[in-house]
Amino acid sequence: MAHESAHVDKHAAHAHPNGATYLKIFVILTLITVVEVWAYYIPALVASPLFNPSLIIMSAVKFAIVVMFYMHLKYDHKIFKMLFSGPLVIAMATIVALLFLFRQLSF
Amino acid sequence: MASIAHPTTAAHASAENENTGIWSWITTVDHKRIGTLYLWTALFFFLVGGFEATLIRTQLMKPNMGFVSAETYNQLFTMHGTTMVFLAVMPLSAAFFNYLIPLQIGARDVAFPRLNAFSYWVYLLGGIFITLPILFQVAPDGGWFGYAPLTTPRFSTGPNIDFWVLGLQILGISSLAAAFNFITTIVNLRAPGMSLMRMPMFTWMSFVVQFLIILAFPPITVALFFLLMDRFFGTNFYAIAAGADPLLWQHLFWVFGHPEVYILILPAFGLVSEVLPTFSKKPLFGYNVMVYSGIMIGFLGFGVWAHHMFAVGMGAVADSIFSLMTMLIAIPTGVKIFNWIATMWSGEVRFTVPMKFAIALIAMFTIGGISGVMHSSPPADLQQTDTYFVVAHFHYVLFGGSIMGIFAGIYFYYPKMTGRHLNETQGNWHFWLNFIGMNLTFFPMHFSGLMGMSRRIYTYDAGQGFDLFNMMATYGTYLLVVATAIFVWNFVRSHKHGEIAGNDPWGGATLEWSIPSPPPEYNFAQIPEVTSRYPLWDLKDPKMTAGIDHSHADAKVITDTHAVPVHEETQRHTAKELGIPMPLPTAKPLFVAFSMVVMFCGLLFLRIDMFAVALTVMLGGAAAMIAGLYLWLTSPLE
Amino acid sequence: MSAHADGAAHAEHHTHYTTTGLDNRKIAIWAFIGSECMLFASLIATYLIYKGKSLVGPYPHTEYIDAAGKVFKPILDIPVTSASTFVLLASSFAMVLALQAVQLKGVPLPSGAGWWTRAQRSSQLWLAVTAALGTTFLGFQAYEFTAFVNEGLTIKTNLFGSTFFTLTGFHGAHVTVGVLWLMSLLWVDRTRGLAGPGDELLVDITALYWHFVDVVWIAIFTLVYLIQ
Repeated sequence: MAHESAHVDKHAAHAHPNGATYLKIFVILTLITVVEVWAYYIPALVASPLFNPSLIIMSAVKFAIVVMFYMHLKYDHKIFKMLFSGPLVIAMATIVALLFLFRQLSF
Repeated sequence: MASIAHPTTAAHASAENENTGIWSWITTVDHKRIGTLYLWTALFFFLVGGFEATLIRTQLMKPNMGFVSAETYNQLFTMHGTTMVFLAVMPLSAAFFNYLIPLQIGARDVAFPRLNAFSYWVYLLGGIFITLPILFQVAPDGGWFGYAPLTTPRFSTGPNIDFWVLGLQILGISSLAAAFNFITTIVNLRAPGMSLMRMPMFTWMSFVVQFLIILAFPPITVALFFLLMDRFFGTNFYAIAAGADPLLWQHLFWVFGHPEVYILILPAFGLVSEVLPTFSKKPLFGYNVMVYSGIMIGFLGFGVWAHHMFAVGMGAVADSIFSLMTMLIAIPTGVKIFNWIATMWSGEVRFTVPMKFAIALIAMFTIGGISGVMHSSPPADLQQTDTYFVVAHFHYVLFGGSIMGIFAGIYFYYPKMTGRHLNETQGNWHFWLNFIGMNLTFFPMHFSGLMGMSRRIYTYDAGQGFDLFNMMATYGTYLLVVATAIFVWNFVRSHKHGEIAGNDPWGGATLEWSIPSPPPEYNFAQIPEVTSRYPLWDLKDPKMTAGIDHSHADAKVITDTHAVPVHEETQRHTAKELGIPMPLPTAKPLFVAFSMVVMFCGLLFLRIDMFAVALTVMLGGAAAMIAGLYLWLTSPLE
Repeated sequence: MSAHADGAAHAEHHTHYTTTGLDNRKIAIWAFIGSECMLFASLIATYLIYKGKSLVGPYPHTEYIDAAGKVFKPILDIPVTSASTFVLLASSFAMVLALQAVQLKGVPLPSGAGWWTRAQRSSQLWLAVTAALGTTFLGFQAYEFTAFVNEGLTIKTNLFGSTFFTLTGFHGAHVTVGVLWLMSLLWVDRTRGLAGPGDELLVDITALYWHFVDVVWIAIFTLVYLIQ
């Protein structure tokens, strides 16, 4: 356990993205947001059955990018990954289960 | 002063602790003292909850009794449930988390000693907040799961439920703060060589419980916040007239409520998993499987909540899924039962009082578990919902399980905590009366329940076949009163008069038994290097642990921590003499906890339309809390 | 508050051994964030459960005409919220730069560094920008809430009002705590300067909290504002 954490420490100190990467990520996040809002204003898209799923996918991508890079979970110790992903999975499963139970989603 | 005349005597211990005044307790950040505070406070609330139960049972002794009014009865059963769940069993488990986790993993304290004190003070103040109203006949009266819309202002006009909503919110903060603390402690403060799969089973089960707490308490926090908003600010979360769904509360509550059941039982499972191997002189059977099944129970625990709601008509698909998940969760639980039995099998079993309580847990929990599996089938559950059959079921798992396990833990660890044994004869009386009383109280409820007696009714008519079963249950309760009285006498008296216990009175296997009883403030003068799951048996009787894995920790870690091989510490020093830095005592956590509770109290003034007072108290409380937090965070720990 | 006290607290964290080599506070903040997932999951689930169940308007995405013939326009103001969403995203960008600036303390600037490279070295600048953007977000939220109330939507009006104000209000409260936290850090930075591993950790856990509040908004923006 100890040698592994030493390894991660070194990793964390040196493999961090730099300012340029952060800027690139910010641009990507902004672009996705622009696409999301643009789609909202196209009635044909809103009417499509793919509208909600594609918006959710876009927001999930943004979510994942922020968590991986800005919260540097991608580069961090696996304990942090577990502390976040475990509860996140349970939280999302709970939302989905509740939506089925209240018939907001159906098979 | 810490001359080392009689290193292991309790008398010496009290002489050594110069700080025993009330102020030293108010400012303590020592996990052992906080554990002791939890233990005494939770036992007090256990007596309060038991007293409420006695009044309930007296009212139900015979048909059409008028011992208490229907209104009082509602308050009594609500507060009995609330008290036992949130103020007795959870904090009794917390007492053991506090006392044992650092000792079992070879640490000198928890990760955040001051946060730990904060958790206790929030618990104490929240407990007082929610308990006081019953003295004024305005106690919460909506049942321990406070179903909305019944608890919305439309149907519950008095202040009763306000105390419940705010009180539970306060208590939730205590549990959450403690859970973050223990997760960090277990992840980060283990002695060299104490890998996760070498942790004592109690620490493991506690670890699982902390995750259940951090994931189960947020939903109830949100549900309570909605109710608070409905009650104080006129929102519509549970207002059916505005289109609200009457099941919203039930779902959110049980998303919390079912994991809560495991929060109540897993620590007791952990305690008996320490007791059984010790008194069987055998390593725990199937350690790995025990760990995995504990994790499995915790994980599946989030997928079974709606089995509390089969009667509301969720539809065949939902019923089937939750039924299946519930049956699944019986598997890891059953695995534990068989592993405990296999642990005793061919062991040198010593029937001490803690061992008897531990065995009672196995037997009684099995009965409660089996009636639980019966509920998992929706058609059967429709017959049983809201009857005394359910009351029987959850008392077999909570009294027969949690309370038996906790008593096993108290008898087992009392010598470690105080340096003295509890009296064994009185302990036997306590055990047998408790065991007989419990079965006399709760077993007949299976029958009255199946015959159709509803829970929560304040009385019943004669001639329905309930009379005998209720009479038995009431006498059983009186036996429990006698048993508990013996225990209290024993618990208090043994503090001064109990037989002196050494480091390791029972022949335990884990690190807490390697240090003096009661442990010195610093716990371990030298941090031990652990090479197996049973470090003390390695030291004292290597034959016993010949069959299990041994390996040394990383050499660098051992140097870094100045760890030494597992050894017995018989000498008592002060931390100062040994040069061990200890956290400074401080009253700031109490101040922050107090300000926070004041802030919550402010809301109550809205109920009597004193808007300005409410705002002043809330803002004042919040300001004091923030100021206290700044002082706390900017003052050095040690 | 004294620089000495804080320094002592940090020194303590370096001398103490931990099993994983990680700092206690960082483990605790991740556990806290895990717990917060469940908190916002409950709030979001409730919002979605009640979506479309309000008996009276105003509604989020559709027009509502009450019994008296009064017309209520769809109440959500997507342009304003898109702007505030952008502001919060930008604040996360400023936050990573603040952390980077603290981590680069003591690393000499390359010769001939441009203004951007030099600007990246100022932790005070980026902490201030983050806090300012967070405050701007709160300003947008205050504007939005006021506008809704003026248009006839309060927490009491209907299920949408109750769930919307509570969900976004909870998020706003988190942003407020974050702004206070950032301003405390800024104050420490101005009084004694943030530098060294202990302070990096302090900024790191603040940043984790801040980004988490941001990702929650990413979810809310889509689930509450855009999806119909």
